[in-house]
Amino acid sequence: MAKSLFQKVWEAHTVRQLANGQTQLLIGTHLIHEVTSPQAFGMLRDLKLKVAMPHRTFATVDHIVPTDQLVEPYADPLAQAMMNALRQNCAEFGITFFERSTGKQGIVHIVGPEQGITQPGTTIACGDSHTSTHGAFGAIAFGIGTTQIRDVLATQTMALGALKVRRIEVNGKLRPGVYAKDIILHIIRTLGVNGGTGFAYEYAGEAFDRMSMEERMTVCNMSIEGGARVGYVNPDETTFAYLKGRPYSPKGAEWDAAVARWKSFASDPGCQYDDVVKIDAATIEPTVTWGINPGQAIGVGECIPTPESAASVDEKASIVEALEYMKFKAGAPIKGTKIDVAFLGSCTNGRLSDFEEVARYVKGRKVDPRRGRFRVARGRLLDVPRDEPRQTRRRPGLRQFVEPQLQGPPGQPDRPHDPHESAHGRRRRAHRPRRRRPRSFRGLRKVKPLIDTNLH
Amino acid sequence: MALAKISQVAGRGVFVPGNDIDTDRIIPARFMKCVSFDGLGEFVFFDVRKNPDGSPKQHPLNEPRFQGATVLLSGANFGCGSSREHAPQAIQKYGFRAIIAEGYAEIFFGNSTTLGIPCVTATRDDIAKVAAAIEANPQTELVVDLAALEVRFGGQKIKITMRESARDALVNGRWDAIGELLEGVPQVQALAKTLPYLAA
Repeated sequence: MAKSLFQKVWEAHTVRQLANGQTQLLIGTHLIHEVTSPQAFGMLRDLKLKVAMPHRTFATVDHIVPTDQLVEPYADPLAQAMMNALRQNCAEFGITFFERSTGKQGIVHIVGPEQGITQPGTTIACGDSHTSTHGAFGAIAFGIGTTQIRDVLATQTMALGALKVRRIEVNGKLRPGVYAKDIILHIIRTLGVNGGTGFAYEYAGEAFDRMSMEERMTVCNMSIEGGARVGYVNPDETTFAYLKGRPYSPKGAEWDAAVARWKSFASDPGCQYDDVVKIDAATIEPTVTWGINPGQAIGVGECIPTPESAASVDEKASIVEALEYMKFKAGAPIKGTKIDVAFLGSCTNGRLSDFEEVARYVKGRKVDPRRGRFRVARGRLLDVPRDEPRQTRRRPGLRQFVEPQLQGPPGQPDRPHDPHESAHGRRRRAHRPRRRRPRSFRGLRKVKPLIDTNLH
Repeated sequence: MALAKISQVAGRGVFVPGNDIDTDRIIPARFMKCVSFDGLGEFVFFDVRKNPDGSPKQHPLNEPRFQGATVLLSGANFGCGSSREHAPQAIQKYGFRAIIAEGYAEIFFGNSTTLGIPCVTATRDDIAKVAAAIEANPQTELVVDLAALEVRFGGQKIKITMRESARDALVNGRWDAIGELLEGVPQVQALAKTLPYLAA
């Protein structure tokens, strides 16, 4: 019988049915970080349990690494305590920890792919809703809570109900200036912020076939913003080319066997889906969110919705709340809206290719110091293959971007986050997907550290 | 581990209206700088309950008449966004024992169930009926009954629904899966041997 990738991976990892009808699912790869794991280790100790498969558990530190201070001890004792707890837990339970000093640290969803740990046909769990990012590789990856982290630590499994599968096909040619982020915002806008509840999203079609792994990661990353806990793309030659030669990728004769196995997990032609949605790539505009949830997205050629245009009472209430919050005028064109803050370095769009793309736009330009700010997560860029940092330095666009454009004025100290711009402040909900907490990157360290700064 | 069989929750209610209330609204990210869940209760809904200077905003949880409520009522897609378990932890530590809403985000629902917090679903009209009864008399006792799948209050009742696997887990005291998962460990080891990427 023809099966989808989701079904095949689910079946291959099913341990048994539990009494309440859920499945005990084997989690092949468990990724942990400092924010959501310390309590889970506490629970483990309370129950006097060990980590079942330390060799399949990988840790890194990401959310809490300050953007303005790289050397420990951190100025914030709470941040330092989280760092210490992770370090101690990894040492005690024998878990590989990609910490800063290893040169492999970074956004947890990117460390996995970069190291070749994220592989097709596998199951992955991590205490972060954007774990769906790994789906770009044809893995089934779940964002989980802390008690489930305890479950995976203790048993390498968790209790889950099966998901339905919705195939989202985007065929045709994308318009210029339309990127992966526009596609996923368009999908969320079309299907709603809770349209994916109970579903895994299978992204397919020509638009995805042509995408780089980085672009696929961007789309899969935001599945949860559409309510889908899991999103994936079937593995293909692009996937295998990305994985080849990575530290944890199979080597030699094992590589060929692995590729054959990975291919076998791809959805079979003619398999049954619970739902199929088709989108014409040519209809997707460069898309921005204008309101307070990721479904409030419009094309750059469109106007900000009016409450009267709402299709339901709920939507109307949401538009009214968003207009008030954003201080936008209903019916005004979004094009021409002044940019208060540009932030680069989210877990959705924080890869080298994203920096290069932005570099093309900002090259030779300046931010008006009276009005705008340009912020870049400081640290090291991820997603650079092991042998690539030197090449990166020679990319003229990027160098231009990093050095003269983003360097702070001499003597200006790194400023703490403006609460209005970070996840800490009262405006945290605005444009949520674009205003994730700054995280760290790897690869640009030999160029110059990036500094949060005004551009002058 | 013997877990409580949660077949009903009784207590007073409070209605926090709104759809798509995300986990960052339930517990703002800055309160996640911690290595324990202790003390999170006081920060629940913090930024919609307090002004930056710490003074209270107008919010149902700030109203004296709703103090001590143990059943939280809300709208659609409750608990969307970040997977942080800090959200249901904060709700539980504040004192809530059950949630009645039009619907829940997937991860929040699972996290809450694992903590023994029933997340039951009702229609908007029915939630409005309960909310009206609470508004008229905040002392109204609600009984969230997972066996009969109804909420009884002030001589009235509404129907509720709940995913059967979660309902079963709560009423039979299996809502924390760890005991059952540990029983399956020998089978886990056997299955792991069939998956080449899990080789040590």
